[in-house]
Amino acid sequence: MRDDTLSGGFANPSVDAAHAFRAALSALSRPGHMETLAGAHAPAPVSPAAAALLLTLCDAETPIYLAPSHDTPAIRDWIAFHTGAPITPPETAHFALGRWPDLPGLEDFPTGTADYPDRSTTIIVELDRLTAEGARLTGPGIETEAHLSLPAIAPFRANRALFPLGLDFYFTCGASLAGLPRSTNVEDA
Amino acid sequence: MTAQDDQNEARKGWMSLLAKSPAQRLADLTGEITDWPGFEWLRPPEVGGVMVRGRTGGTGAPFNLGEMTVTRCALRLATGEVGHGYVQGRDKAHAERAALIDAMMQTERAEELRRAVLDPLETQLQAAKASRAARAAATKVDFFTMVRGED
Repeated sequence: MRDDTLSGGFANPSVDAAHAFRAALSALSRPGHMETLAGAHAPAPVSPAAAALLLTLCDAETPIYLAPSHDTPAIRDWIAFHTGAPITPPETAHFALGRWPDLPGLEDFPTGTADYPDRSTTIIVELDRLTAEGARLTGPGIETEAHLSLPAIAPFRANRALFPLGLDFYFTCGASLAGLPRSTNVEDA
Repeated sequence: MTAQDDQNEARKGWMSLLAKSPAQRLADLTGEITDWPGFEWLRPPEVGGVMVRGRTGGTGAPFNLGEMTVTRCALRLATGEVGHGYVQGRDKAHAERAALIDAMMQTERAEELRRAVLDPLETQLQAAKASRAARAAATKVDFFTMVRGED
């Protein structure tokens, strides 16, 4: 267990983190577009892409909520050693990590305030399958339309209705990463 | 006190010693050791700042004294021991030496290292502390009131 929790960081932290940040930025600015993100390894069941996102985006000032699927001592230790981020309940989380069925209702997470819409949670959803097919996405960053295998439709439509407040999502599966910002319209394909 | 606590106390002791050690002195002391074990980085050396906090009079409310530069790293020996190095300043080789010694102090070579590195370091730091305390003591003023014999 000790082995798992201390290893798995970026081999070349500044360069790898810059690449990962670029991938995270592209994923969110071009919803539905697939990025590849590797180089980090966290204890199972965290995917390499989610591990790289945590290493890149989280530090001691960004509390993380772990869904029951990901709330293990090994993952807590890994996050503590590599990022120093505190673990917190959904109401105060800046980031959340979990599988879709294990995440609490999206209304539990802060969606920002009118003055500070950025004070909302970014949710990293681990999926078993992530492909560019399924729900139809339109909106900023998409030329005509994009497709993404979302686990549901209705919660993301409700989230879009809150704009400019709302949650932002990353979907990860293995080393694949896709983003869904609050500004994207989601419809059935 | 359990054995675990004892171990933690001992480790705290040598980590504190290594953190405060002058970089050049540690390099000189470890220069004589040639057979370093192989290791892999868990966290390559990185430079950062930490906020040093103090308490007024040692017991009062905490306040921020100031920031200091710290270099840290973590590594794992081929045999599995994990060493952490936190040292003052921005000398990455210094942090690496501190982490290596921390890891090797958990192996059977602990005695050898204690004699070769930690004991001399400790003696030197104690001497420096004592001489500074002596210099300060020389300037100490004792206030007392003479019996004024007014009555």
